[in-house]
Amino acid sequence: MFQNLSDRLQGIFKNLTGKGRLSEADVDAAMREIRLALLEADVNFQVVKSFVAAVRERAVGAEVTASLTPGQTVVGIVLDEMTSLLGGSNARLTMSSRVPNVIMLVGLQGSGKTTACGKLANLLRKEGRRPLMVACDVYRPAAIDQLEALGRELDIPVYRGQGSDPVHIAAEGVKQAVATMRDVVIVDTAGRLHIDEEMMDEAARIKSAVRPDQVIMVVDAMTGQDAVTAASVFAERVDFDGVLISKLDGDARGGAALSVKSVTGKPIIFASVGEKLDALEPFHPDRMAKRILGMGDVVTLIEKAQETLDEQAVTEAEERLRKGDLTLDDFLGQLRQIKKMGGIASLLQMMPGAGRMKGAVPEVDERQLDRIAAIIQSMTAEERSKPQVINGSRRERIATGAGVTVFDVNQLLKQFAQTRKLVKQFQKQGGGKGRGKFGLPPGMQPPFGM
Amino acid sequence: MTAPWYRRLADGLSKSRERLGGQLNILLRRGPDLDEEFWADLEDVLIASDMGVTAVTELVGRLRDSAARHALPDAEAVLAHLAEEIAEEFVSHSGTTDLLDDPITLLVVGVNGTGKTTTVGKLAKQAVDSGRRVLLGSADTFRAAALEQLDVWAERAGVPVVRRDRGADPAAVVFDALGEARRLDSELVLIDTAGRLHTSADLMRELQKVKRVAEKESHLPVRIMLVMDATTGQNGLVQAREFDAALGVDSIALTKLDGTAKGGIAVAIARELGIPIARIGFGEGIDDLRPFDPRDFSHALIGDTER
Repeated sequence: MFQNLSDRLQGIFKNLTGKGRLSEADVDAAMREIRLALLEADVNFQVVKSFVAAVRERAVGAEVTASLTPGQTVVGIVLDEMTSLLGGSNARLTMSSRVPNVIMLVGLQGSGKTTACGKLANLLRKEGRRPLMVACDVYRPAAIDQLEALGRELDIPVYRGQGSDPVHIAAEGVKQAVATMRDVVIVDTAGRLHIDEEMMDEAARIKSAVRPDQVIMVVDAMTGQDAVTAASVFAERVDFDGVLISKLDGDARGGAALSVKSVTGKPIIFASVGEKLDALEPFHPDRMAKRILGMGDVVTLIEKAQETLDEQAVTEAEERLRKGDLTLDDFLGQLRQIKKMGGIASLLQMMPGAGRMKGAVPEVDERQLDRIAAIIQSMTAEERSKPQVINGSRRERIATGAGVTVFDVNQLLKQFAQTRKLVKQFQKQGGGKGRGKFGLPPGMQPPFGM
Repeated sequence: MTAPWYRRLADGLSKSRERLGGQLNILLRRGPDLDEEFWADLEDVLIASDMGVTAVTELVGRLRDSAARHALPDAEAVLAHLAEEIAEEFVSHSGTTDLLDDPITLLVVGVNGTGKTTTVGKLAKQAVDSGRRVLLGSADTFRAAALEQLDVWAERAGVPVVRRDRGADPAAVVFDALGEARRLDSELVLIDTAGRLHTSADLMRELQKVKRVAEKESHLPVRIMLVMDATTGQNGLVQAREFDAALGVDSIALTKLDGTAKGGIAVAIARELGIPIARIGFGEGIDDLRPFDPRDFSHALIGDTER
């Protein structure tokens, strides 16, 4: 359903081969596609209008150079504008020298404040701080229990206070932090609707009671057009300092991030990318821009690879790959790396065009990977490097060893033979010309600046 | 970049704050003329409702045709026609009886933070008030304190709840709950499940297992309700598609319509998947969950709230 913006623009500009400058007519056709892409990504329609106008202004008359196609030139401008609009250089949480520092979390119901509170506390502790979490959501049943459970899990203290006045609890929480030598307080507040005057007033009162160094609004990445309404009211009534985008581990394009940044001007500081309590990352405007445009999150992919790959093993495998003599050991090694990087499903999500691939790629059964690993592990060293020696009786032995059927072993060997053939073809075709650092095939290369 | 344009936008929005309640009603306050500007504004209003640009383009295109064909005289006539068209998307899919009036076991599913537990609580209270025997099962064994949250609702509604400790196998909880439901001869069994992103293959498989166990153990027919937050954007369609593919979704509860979000994504879902909306949520009170009325919803969607 979603199509990569570069593919779309490529289509529009395919008749435009000459160099020179982009004409108004060329640009207008491109702007229609950009508008569609942004609306499909949930960027607010008013933000889209202004954004497209700004891009148009820059694109008309832009020079098309020899190295880039007109499509790439326009995508480059779009990415550039969007990245700078999303925050340019990465924003950070601003802490003060005051002890304790106070951080207050606000947001709509269900945006993920309580979980974010736990994640943020965990992150700050990693940076050497001693956080205290304060549970001020006295409305949602068991919200306080939820924060306490997170506190137990993380082994970070939680202040739950007395009574049902969140303003009082918050203030007492800060006193508690002083008394127990905690140097940062994270105040978790109840989810509230921006049009609920009473609740917005309460948030403002909590704020003036604890005078937080930072107020963070938690925004669900799946939010649609209404994100701007909620965020602008929160900005006006509570005046937050930064944004935490939650639930980015799904496949929402996250246009809400752009909308919120545009209308409030507040920086996006954190991205929550998983269910685990360490899944909170600094926000990267450039990656978010690519995600909104459906261009995949290749930087995160490569970073993940760099984090987990064993450099030498990769070099060796690449060397063999270049020669075209892949072994089953390489196969196994790759499986292990994939597992380390969070499984195929999570990798696929970061690929450019993953939206389109969804239907094309059959659902990945991660257990199948374990089965393949078991089969390879049941082989001798000789069998792994020279699979052609594997005869009928060896197949049976391997199957028994791995707890699978001979059919499964045959299938793996067949797949392996095909892969080997493919690799050899690649060699012949491009001499590895289009292959990137980590052997991504040409179609999956990031379009820019990598 | 200095981008002064977003300043202007921010100013505009804060000025428009007064009309946040029944907002975006630019269509009714403008003149009756059916000029280009009208159609552009109409498109904006529909896009702002999260209906999705594909559905909007098609709908507005069709509307322009019929405006010409039926010689619709002015904006008011077009809007009345539009509300009917949108309502029709739902009417054709919703049955004549309310799914929730039947004796069923209902698995309540959805992504994180949409209001599943709250919806289960309200459904329980309403069913009890109309004199039915209700049982709750707490299969959200993942989120911290989800069990306690459901306990509170069970107490408010005065219904028994079957649960195990946090971290237990949700399918095992369902097994227990449905055994208990047979023993108590329950007429409505509501199973709360953990929020999960549809992109998580493992968690979706877990849910399929929960459904299989439910179908085997339940003395009542098993139905699936997807809870969706009305503020959800285009990803809502993907969510519905994925949950439907994995489980077969029988109905949707659209929550949090008490804000300024219009829940237009429900139209896109009805068009593509034909899943009826069973309930809409308006707030945190126990009575703030109501049956869905396609016509009221359509009028609210285009900002025509006076009707």
